[in-house]
Amino acid sequence: MAIYLDHAATTPLHPEVLEAMLPYLTEHHGNPSSIHASGRRARQGLDEAREEIAALIGAKPREIVFTASGTEADNLAIKGVGWAASARGRHVVTSTVEHKAIINTAAILERQGFRVSAVGVDRSGRVNPADVEAAITDATSLVSIQAANNEVGTMQPVAEIGAVCRERRVPFHVDAVQSAAFEAPTPDAWQATLISLSAHKLYGPKGIGALYVRQGTAMVPQMNGGAQERQRRAGTENVAAAVGFARAMRVAYGQQPDLALLRDRLIRGLVALEGVELTGHPTERLPNSASVVIQGVEGGDLVAALDLEGIEASTGSACTTGSVEPSHVLLSMGIDPELAHGSLRLTLGRSTTEAAIDRTIEVVGACIGRLRGMHAPAAVPA
Amino acid sequence: MSRVVAAMSGGVDSSVAAALLAREASDEEVIGVWMRTHGDLPEGYELSRSCCSPDAADDARRVAQLLNIPFFILNVEREFGARVIDAFVDSYLEGATPNPCQACNQYIKFDELLKRGLAAYGANAVATGHYARLEHRDGRWRLMRAADADKDQTYFLWVLDQDQLARTRFPLGELTKPEVRALAAELTLPTAHKPESQEICFVPLGDYRELLEERRGYAGEPGPIVDADGTRVGTHTGYAHYTVGQRHGLGVALGEAVYVREVQPPSNTVVIGRREEVARRTFTVDGARFTAGDSPSGRFDASVRIRHRAPDVPAEVTMIGRDRFMVETVEPVWAPAPGQAAVLYDSDECLGGGRIAHA
Repeated sequence: MAIYLDHAATTPLHPEVLEAMLPYLTEHHGNPSSIHASGRRARQGLDEAREEIAALIGAKPREIVFTASGTEADNLAIKGVGWAASARGRHVVTSTVEHKAIINTAAILERQGFRVSAVGVDRSGRVNPADVEAAITDATSLVSIQAANNEVGTMQPVAEIGAVCRERRVPFHVDAVQSAAFEAPTPDAWQATLISLSAHKLYGPKGIGALYVRQGTAMVPQMNGGAQERQRRAGTENVAAAVGFARAMRVAYGQQPDLALLRDRLIRGLVALEGVELTGHPTERLPNSASVVIQGVEGGDLVAALDLEGIEASTGSACTTGSVEPSHVLLSMGIDPELAHGSLRLTLGRSTTEAAIDRTIEVVGACIGRLRGMHAPAAVPA
Repeated sequence: MSRVVAAMSGGVDSSVAAALLAREASDEEVIGVWMRTHGDLPEGYELSRSCCSPDAADDARRVAQLLNIPFFILNVEREFGARVIDAFVDSYLEGATPNPCQACNQYIKFDELLKRGLAAYGANAVATGHYARLEHRDGRWRLMRAADADKDQTYFLWVLDQDQLARTRFPLGELTKPEVRALAAELTLPTAHKPESQEICFVPLGDYRELLEERRGYAGEPGPIVDADGTRVGTHTGYAHYTVGQRHGLGVALGEAVYVREVQPPSNTVVIGRREEVARRTFTVDGARFTAGDSPSGRFDASVRIRHRAPDVPAEVTMIGRDRFMVETVEPVWAPAPGQAAVLYDSDECLGGGRIAHA
């Protein structure tokens, strides 16, 4: 069995979640918009899921819009609210360490005539709320800052940024996709207008996300068609996934293993290796996230090497087609581009054991030694 | 368990090579690797026939899935940019004819994959879909022509040394191309019916002139086209746009076919000649390497090939330095082009070769 340390990429479905979903993948097959009994039954599942998620984050059910992914929630927030609020002005404030779902969506607005200001971060990846405040102008229509970074795990001072936005009366979007597995988003404490969520990062199914939209927020739908989701997101609802999403959130905020102890054990072991340094904030970081940069190693090569030794990890500098653009997150934290190529992200989950952590440290050490030496094993004699 | 890396381009040959390995290897693990050699192309380009497009990566991945082997992408963009694309461009600027497929084999498929790939994947050998064979005889590895003479690719592999040959496998060496296609169909590989890749993978539209401008700022300056006597017979668009042996695009009408005989960068001159004036019997070669490791000394007979798919011809080879030799062919050969490889054979064994320097 492989040691899976890539929970920031996705998590396995929790058995309770699967169980909750199954009836909606089988007998409760109706379309929630239908009048008949099958439709009503599906509708009930959807309504209950929406209520449960709303209750868990302290929102009203009508404030939850289901989407097909966290990325879609981000798109809806940035484009939907950006455009709706454009009477106020066409200016979006965000940060340099946002997920691509934010950066590339803001870039679309930029092409459409908006101005986008990306505030920088310090060496640990933190946004300074004062920088956000300084970037806000009378024309600012939206501020979007993540709750926690997907690559380095640094958590942002969202409540303080929310207070700034509140004071300046600017809608505030929080991308909480990565943090929601560990802490329920709190729209009121954060003074957030919008919050993006995704199910598969918290042991729920892939293919569903949600956007919290504070009541009274004007929004231009990005998916047009039927009247689903109060006309904010057309398309037949993914009922089973919504049910699974709600159950996954309930499980997440129930019994939580304390991953921070294991994470710290892992970080200690990694930084003890030669030429390895921690990236992200030393304490204000997600409890499951250990990220490092390693001298003299290409992240993608290391991840492949680890995989062949049964350890599944991730690098900040790769995508599915193997591009080697160093991570924009690491670069904006001021990490040397050459060093940024050697990034490794290990993210823990419910199944992670102490033995797995110790084994991982040992294997990482062996693999980076091999990669730095570039010594292939001896050729097989003829 | 030992591991072998199967270099997979997404084409039919490397797919079948990987499949043969995966089928036969019970005592070793086969790892599929696709090398990303250059970045995404600008929007709108469709390079279905290139070995390096994202489509090719998809094909390679599908084959690896069917073979149930791990599959990784190895990024070699930096090395490919410097060793293959820049070298390609610089070759034109030196008035020579580039040999990018050989450079890719030498520096990327073998040097880089053997060094970095083997370290990353903990493997001890690389297998490719080249048509070539290996024999171990009298204490050393010998690079042999493929069973399919028509597909033989030793012309691109002469640079391999003993250490590299010891870590290399050519699973297709004994097969013909039709047999490879039949195997691909039998194994229902998605790449079974893919056409051969023809174009140079980083020159999508076959026009390298843009690349000269983009990478080296060479826009081309018009200059004289002269005949063998030095008489000006026309005007060219810039010497680097011409290569030895070229016939088309000269814009010269002399009543008979003429060819580029020589490109002279310092004076920005292109020299042309009639067919018989472009043929040569002697030329020198530098950057010589021999698969056996040690350079031979003195004078010896060999057959020499000066371009892929050209027949090789009997010649006498004289070593004129540690890594330089002179070739005298029995019959004149058509347009030995500086920059191209001259590869030496003893019957079916590829002895090594070098880069044609002067003709």
